[in-house]
Order: sequence, then C-alpha cells, then structure tokens
Amino acid sequence: MAEAVSKPTLDFLDSRTQYISSYRTMLLARVLEEKLAALYRGGKIKGGVFLGRGQEALSVAIGTALRQGDIFAPLIRDQAGRMAFGDTVLDTLRTYLGSAQGSMRGRDGNIHRGRPREGYYAMISHLGAMLPVVVGGLMARRFRGETGVVGATCLGDGGTSTGAFHEGMNTAAVEKLPLIVIVANNQYAYSTPTARQFACTDLVNRAIGYGIPGHKADGTDLVDCLRVVHGAVKAARQGGGPQLIVADLLRLVGHGEHDDAHYVDKNLRTLPVGRDCIEVCHAFIVASGWATAEELAVWRSEAETEVDSTAARVMREPAPDPADEEWSALSTSSLTDIFAES
Amino acid sequence: MSITYLEAIREAQARALTDDPRVFIYGQDVGAFGGAFKATKNLAKEFPGRVLDAPISEDSNIGVAIGAAIEGMRPIVEMQFADFSTCGLNQIINQAATLYYRTQVPCPIVVRLPSGGTPGGGPFHSQSMEALYAHYPGLVVMTPATVEDAYSMLLEAVQIDDPVIFCEHKFLYYHLKADALPTEAMPANRARIARPGRDATIVTYSAMLHESLVAAEDLVADGYQIEVVDLRTIKPLDTDTVLASVARTGRLLCVGEAFPWGGVTAEVIARVSSEAFGLLDAPPQRLNARDTPVPYHPDLWGTHRPTAGSIASAVRRLLEL
Repeated sequence: MAEAVSKPTLDFLDSRTQYISSYRTMLLARVLEEKLAALYRGGKIKGGVFLGRGQEALSVAIGTALRQGDIFAPLIRDQAGRMAFGDTVLDTLRTYLGSAQGSMRGRDGNIHRGRPREGYYAMISHLGAMLPVVVGGLMARRFRGETGVVGATCLGDGGTSTGAFHEGMNTAAVEKLPLIVIVANNQYAYSTPTARQFACTDLVNRAIGYGIPGHKADGTDLVDCLRVVHGAVKAARQGGGPQLIVADLLRLVGHGEHDDAHYVDKNLRTLPVGRDCIEVCHAFIVASGWATAEELAVWRSEAETEVDSTAARVMREPAPDPADEEWSALSTSSLTDIFAES
Repeated sequence: MSITYLEAIREAQARALTDDPRVFIYGQDVGAFGGAFKATKNLAKEFPGRVLDAPISEDSNIGVAIGAAIEGMRPIVEMQFADFSTCGLNQIINQAATLYYRTQVPCPIVVRLPSGGTPGGGPFHSQSMEALYAHYPGLVVMTPATVEDAYSMLLEAVQIDDPVIFCEHKFLYYHLKADALPTEAMPANRARIARPGRDATIVTYSAMLHESLVAAEDLVADGYQIEVVDLRTIKPLDTDTVLASVARTGRLLCVGEAFPWGGVTAEVIARVSSEAFGLLDAPPQRLNARDTPVPYHPDLWGTHRPTAGSIASAVRRLLEL
C-alpha cells in the first residue's frame, strides 16, 4: 500500500498535531471495534455488531470538524467520528454490553446510542431518518438566534435511496440551514452493489438537484477527508447552507459481524478505493517522518490496553434489572396507560 | 357570539404562540394561506417567523419537529389530512415515540391530524388513524369531540412533554359551535359522562359522540335512559370512568368511526370483559365503520360509518340480549 501514499498540501491543517490526533482516534476506534468483534464471537454481545472498518478516516474527519454545541447524528460506521465528537470507549462498551450504566441503560444497544442533550443524537435504524431530525435541531438553534453552529449526519450509498434522505436534503436546502451530510459510498449496501442502488454517474451530482454545494473526497485518505470535510463544515458555519460530501471507499467488513461479505468483489481490494485508510495513514506518518513504525506500534498497544481494561471493567458491571425498570415510554407519569395484569 | 370547533383550534394555537416562545407551527400551507382548513388563519401575520410553510414531505415535516423538540422547542405540526400522516409514520412511531424511553430526552411535539370522514372525502381524505397511533408505546392520542375540548385539550397537548397525536374531526370543524371558549377544563386524560343514563352505556369519542347523543335522545321515546361516555383521549384510556358507567348500566356498546379490526372499541371491550366481566348483564357490543376503504359518494359514506340510526338500532338489540 505504501506506493499509494499521497503528498497533498497540508496548509489547511492547524499542524501535524491535528493529523496525528485524528489518526490516533481512528486507531482507537479500529482497536475498539476489533474488541467488539471478539466479544461478539465469544457470545458476550447479543444482537449485532456493526463495524466501521475502512471508514475511519472519513468518520473522524467530520467528528473533528464539529465542536461542542454542534449537532451530530452519526450512523453505524462512525465509531471514529463519535469518539472525536466526545463519545467514549467506556460508553461504547457499556451500550454494546447492555450495561445499566450506559447512556441507553440496556434499553437500546450497539450503535443506537447518543446523548441528545449534548447534541449527540441517537440514531434509529431506519436509514435517512436522522437527516430531517438534524434539520429540525438546526431550525431550533436558528429560532433561538444561535449562529455559527452546524449539524452533521452520516449515511451510506444505500441510505441515499430513501425518501427520508430526499425529503431531509430538500428541506435543509429550502431552509438554507448549516447541515453537512456525509455519504460514505462504500460500494455495498449490505450485499447490494452500487449498480443496483443508483443510476447517476456519481452520488455527488445529487447536490445539483438540491441546489447545494457538493464535494468529493477520497475516503481512504485522511488528508483528503480532513481537507474536504473541514472545508465544507467551515462553509456551512459561515452561512453557506447545506453541504453534501460523497467519499468513495470500501467497506472492509461485512454489514455486521454476522456477515462474511463473501459477495464483495475481490478486485476492489486491489484498487485505490479498496485501500485501508489506517494503513494509508501509517505509511504517510512514517514517510513524513512524524513517527517511526515502532512508535506507531506503541500507539496501538496503548489503545489495546485502554480498550481491554475498559472492557474488563464493563463486564463486571451489573445488567439492568427488569424489576427496577420503569416500563413507561412517557416522561409524564400521569399519562401512562394502565393495563390490568392477570 | 359563537365559536366553531375549527376556530377553537385556531384560537388555541394563537394562545399557545402567545404564551410560550418555544411554540412554532410547521406544516403544508399553514403560513400566509392559513392552512387547508384555515386552522392557522392569520397566525403567520400575527406571529412573524413562527408559522412556517413546509415542503410536501411528511416524513421530514415530522422529523424536523422532533429535532426542534430535542433542542427545547414545542412544535405543532399540521398534517394536511390525517391520511397523509402515513407518510410520516416512521418518524412518529420510531423516532418520536421511542425517544424518551431510549434516551430520557422527552419529545414534546403535537401532530395535528384533521381526521375522519366528510361527504365526498373518499378513501384518502377520511381516515381515522387514532387506533394505529394508540398501538405504539410513547404516544398520547387525543380525540376531542367538543369545541371546548378542541381548545383546552390542544392547549394541554402543547404543554405535555411527550408526543401528542391530536385527532381533530373535520366533520365537526364548521358545524359544531359553542357560545364561548372555556375558561377551565378537565384534564385531557379523563373521560367524561356526556349524558347520564341507567339502561345501557355507549362508549364513544370524536364525531361519533354526537351521533351517539342523538341516538340516546331518540331512545328516550322507547323509555330508555342511555348513558354516553366521551373518552376524549383514547391513549391513555380512562378505564375507570368506563367501568363505573358499566357498573351502573350493566350493558355496553362501543362506537367508533374507524375500521373494525382491533381498534379503540375492541380495546374498551377487552378491558371491560377482563376487568369487570361480572358487571355485564349482556355480551358487550361494538359498532364501527365497515371493513372497506371509506367510500366517496355521500350515500355510501353515510352507510359505511355508524350513524345515529344504526347506533340506536344497535342499542335496541343490546337491550334485548
């Protein structure tokens, strides 16, 4: 992979510190997800495990471009972006393991987690559905006269086929809100290749139809992701309205850990779009003289230690107790319907 | 001076906008045009920037309201017709209704559904959606039947921290009038004895209340005193008031305008049968619309839904059981 290293201008970066910091978040996400996969295979995690392997560069780029007070509604392959926005190894593990101490308290799990009060919205499974919700969050900010805040949401090529995507994009454009939509064109929606998903030449062309700026990024290259995503966020923050970013990359895992992804065209891994963004970063850092391979190995080891110790801690935490569960879906207790129990 | 059911809804929204800076109205044609039924007439002018036209995107319209609610606003969304809320169903049942349980962040939105049949409305402008929404945990479903309730319950809906599906009946919009807006109101989660009686109980709500009251009046000539219970809100369901009425009369007919499979009438009968079987002197009965789409022609429509005549007949049969 080393021959594919690019040397674009880094003028847009605050410093190499930003690149290194982003890379280490990507690495932590990768290591954490490897742990999640192991816990799933070991039967410790029930339900599904959905990994962002291969999408860390794109995801971390939006996570780092946002700041406190912004709105972020990530999707299933955004572990890196989530952590850049403030999510933690601890809460990720707690939510996957259903801990009562996690943000979802065992009521929801895996990637369906967030802290809406902190601008970190908890996705529902229905694709495209978070897009209009972020639009509404931004409308509320505008009602209150807040300026300089943005909202971002992520989805894949498959998610762009939903009505919710279209409705939300159009509404954001009509309202001229500072919404950034990140599309990871990862070549497959579960098992369906892009040729069966859309017929336009490039998904970024959809931006023309909405009357908003569209941007392309190389999703395998952190430098390009940071440049494009931070640029789009800056434009939105300055009043430039909604921004669509489409990044080409390859999902390097199955849809979930239950899926061996046997249907993925093996040739894709030999193409630039099939590069592993972590390996690209690794080569870039070494080639730039920012760290040695040995130092990179230490960083990985540090990430593994953090993940392993946190997992051990969470495994000891109590599961939610059905007897303590409130069993009410309403915040207003006087409006809870009462069903007689026999 | 009199005020219609529709004007009461308009006045409640004006009051909510006046009282609470967090309130805004969002929906198709609700702005300068004042809404398809004029439920937001002049509100855009009186409250600049707070009554916003929305694109024809029901899913997004509801999603926008949810996002705004997360950030502390109190949006009222108008669906042009209740029927079109199916296009926003995902956001209502999967996003709004699950938000508090999942995240402990409440979702104070009000979705106004112009509901129910009118002559000539046809299959897609006549539906009664209340049972569909009541099925999902996390939603409050109101079905006001009077001008006073249209006003006071909508005001209460805006103040509730949870999502409220507000089923306002189009057939009542213009015909139903009151002398004045109410100055006090009973809580929305309580059913009301709309007419006291002793021989049988009709449990109903929304436009069917008025058909039921006419039927009860007609039955006076037969020597029967029929009690009529207006549920007002169908989720949560005020089972206690229903049971108390059945305890007095021993006979129960449930009347609803919605389709017959499942629904509010079935739920009421299930609760009464399982919780107070011994109070019943006869098998509980139900009367709903027929199991077809709502027909267009007024004569077909008038036979598709329960009417005062069909309700009176059903009560007579019930009294002979």
